[in-house]
Amino acid sequence: MKRWHCLLLVVLAVGACKREVRALRTDPPVADALNDVAPMANRINGRLPAVFIAKGSPYESNAYQLNQGKRLYDWFNCKGCHANGGGLSGPALTDGWWRYGPDAVSIFLSIRDGRPHGMPAFSSRLTTEQIWQLTGYVRTMGAYSAMTAAPSRNDEMQSRPSENRAPAATDLRMPPSR
Amino acid sequence: MDASATWQTVLAPMGPQAAQLSWLLWSFIAVCGIIWLLVMLVLMLVLRRRSVPPGGTRRERRAAVIVGVSLAASVLTIIALSFMSYAATRDLSVAAADPLVIRLRGYQWWWEVTYADRRPDRTLVTANEIHIPVGRPVRIELSAADVIHSFWVPNLAGKQDLIPGRSNDLTFVAARPGVYRGQCAEFCGLQHAHMALLVIADEPAAFDAWRDAQLQAARSAETVEQRAGRDFFTSQACAACHTVRGTSAAGTLGPDLTHVASRHTIAAGLLPTTRGSLAAWIADPQTIKPGNNMPMVTMTADQLRAVSAWLAELR
Repeated sequence: MKRWHCLLLVVLAVGACKREVRALRTDPPVADALNDVAPMANRINGRLPAVFIAKGSPYESNAYQLNQGKRLYDWFNCKGCHANGGGLSGPALTDGWWRYGPDAVSIFLSIRDGRPHGMPAFSSRLTTEQIWQLTGYVRTMGAYSAMTAAPSRNDEMQSRPSENRAPAATDLRMPPSR
Repeated sequence: MDASATWQTVLAPMGPQAAQLSWLLWSFIAVCGIIWLLVMLVLMLVLRRRSVPPGGTRRERRAAVIVGVSLAASVLTIIALSFMSYAATRDLSVAAADPLVIRLRGYQWWWEVTYADRRPDRTLVTANEIHIPVGRPVRIELSAADVIHSFWVPNLAGKQDLIPGRSNDLTFVAARPGVYRGQCAEFCGLQHAHMALLVIADEPAAFDAWRDAQLQAARSAETVEQRAGRDFFTSQACAACHTVRGTSAAGTLGPDLTHVASRHTIAAGLLPTTRGSLAAWIADPQTIKPGNNMPMVTMTADQLRAVSAWLAELR
């Protein structure tokens, strides 16, 4: 009996060793298909690409993808306007009260096509995959509910609650659409 | 790689500093080896001996003398080894007269090499490859931009750390011309194993010629394709991080690419410098070296061909 218990423990321990997969490269057809969002007429909210769901929503649940988004946020100077999410010349991103809502498709469209009053379009600067990585990361900044994946912590001092804290921000007022 | 490239090893010293360290290494191995053999011999004798009944103050006194002598011998040996180590490494930190000063800055995961000079127009920035003249002392001033790295070219000198916020230096001389491989010897992150560099020792005349050539601005683009590549490079994301002297690209986050095709490798020793490997690197840097700080840049196949054609000509 004891032996079986030990064996069970070993099997459970081995199962726990499964490591998250880092998908370093997206197949070009998949990358193309990731562009197929179906937004509503007002370009707020919409349907995610079928391949996004078929791939298991990696830009929401895979820490590597979220972390790539965090790196891109730095590299492409999102900080220049949005600071570390606190807002500057661009709106704040840490509070969940967003002009176009917290929906992934809205954020994707904001980055890809730009928005009126200053947000530039990044479709010629970023690949579709990178836009999704950024979208996933931006969603972790204003998350009010816990997520199973989070980007790694900053090397420098944190200027706001880190993204891997669950939830990343607390606000007693629920945002309008979440 | 050149035919003259030397296998990266501490056992083939190519300069006085490395020779001193090599002598120290062999002395330690010899002394410690002899001691190990003696211990094994004594152990064997003890194991083979028949058991003797205990007793007798005479035998106990003899045992005490043996233990005492062994203890004294151990202390003396350790003191002698300490002095040998001191004597061998003392000269390594002595400032040499009229050294060539090279500033080496470690980044995750590449090396920035700056040749200092009193005249600003003789100052030179390159990456991942250090050229030095044979026979002249070289002082490498070490610093780091992000985490601790360590500079180690086993054929020429010992290790020295590159520490953020602190400057170290290391002086060595290359006795013979050759290509000596070195690498980062302090774990510095995901791509620590892909942070190599080459030290190329030339005759002084060849070194001066190399330095003069490196001081020139980048070759001008000659063909239509090369010009298209240059225009893409300077107008898109590339120029935000990389410098190519002679063009408007003046970013300082990534390696200086003014003479990238004159270097043996790209991406800190990861790939040989060819047009094909340059194109592969630009097309997908995160798959070739995951975690490095170069993002994939959106471009068409024609743009990729043009940029790689231009970079491959920057000799």
